[in-house]
Amino acid sequence: MSHPATAHHTSTGLDSRKLAFWMFIGSECLLFGSLISTYLVYQGRSVQGPTPEEILNIPLTSISTFVLLMSSLAMVLALAAVIRGDRTWSRLWLLATALLGAGFLGFQAYEFVTFVHEGLTLQTNLFGSTFFVLTGTHGAHVFIGVVWLLTLLVRSLQGKLGSDKAMNVEIAGLYWHFVDVVWIVIFTVVYLLS
Amino acid sequence: MSDQPAHSDHKHPSVGTYLTVAGVLTVITLVEVGVFYVPAFARVLAPVLLTLSAAKFVLVVMFYMHLKGDHRFFKLFFTLPLVIAVVVAVALLLLFGTVSGSPS
Repeated sequence: MSHPATAHHTSTGLDSRKLAFWMFIGSECLLFGSLISTYLVYQGRSVQGPTPEEILNIPLTSISTFVLLMSSLAMVLALAAVIRGDRTWSRLWLLATALLGAGFLGFQAYEFVTFVHEGLTLQTNLFGSTFFVLTGTHGAHVFIGVVWLLTLLVRSLQGKLGSDKAMNVEIAGLYWHFVDVVWIVIFTVVYLLS
Repeated sequence: MSDQPAHSDHKHPSVGTYLTVAGVLTVITLVEVGVFYVPAFARVLAPVLLTLSAAKFVLVVMFYMHLKGDHRFFKLFFTLPLVIAVVVAVALLLLFGTVSGSPS
């Protein structure tokens, strides 16, 4: 558990990037907390449809939730591979994570397009406004995560992501898992409890 | 950047633990969806789903984000804003009457 020689280079003995990133994740908690609160406060107050009961597709979203959960598994396996210096498996798991994230975005794009065709837009009612802002913000975070993962994959293919750079992957993993836990809450609050 | 630790100074869980957590997360998600479709659970749907969701949240944060056993600063910087977010959410729901079911 004790750390190495490098630990004394920071006053806390901790990696400054990781400490800063946990602070960023804390601020993201407040952002998503406010968006989820706004959704809940306006829930059931739309004066016209479509309503959540009429439009939400639970089976489809359950599958996309599973896809995102599995992407988190792929992410930790990628980190484990990077730490042990296994370049082949680290590349494969990074690619798998990015593909699963892209798959989740595909489900979300399909859902958004379907909703728009069924008459639910950002301007239709309070449900539409709060739903699209909340899930759209989350989707934007997933998109950024996919780009980040692909960047790491490219660095790995260039031979610049060895075990000495494991912290870079760990921090990307923190972001990815945070996006996952936010979806865990959104899936329950928006989809199952609506 | 070279003066920073290459990766965390605490021991990460094993691959087996990661797979076990993934299995538990999958089972909980299946239970959530199952409970959603069973009419008998309608009265207790909210507490059951929130409990299951909280369990998934904790599992990911503790094992995949490695907060279990990580430095207390990391726990503090995550937990404090999370608690503030939850308190603000509950306060807003009470303020707007969403929890009581009687919109103001």
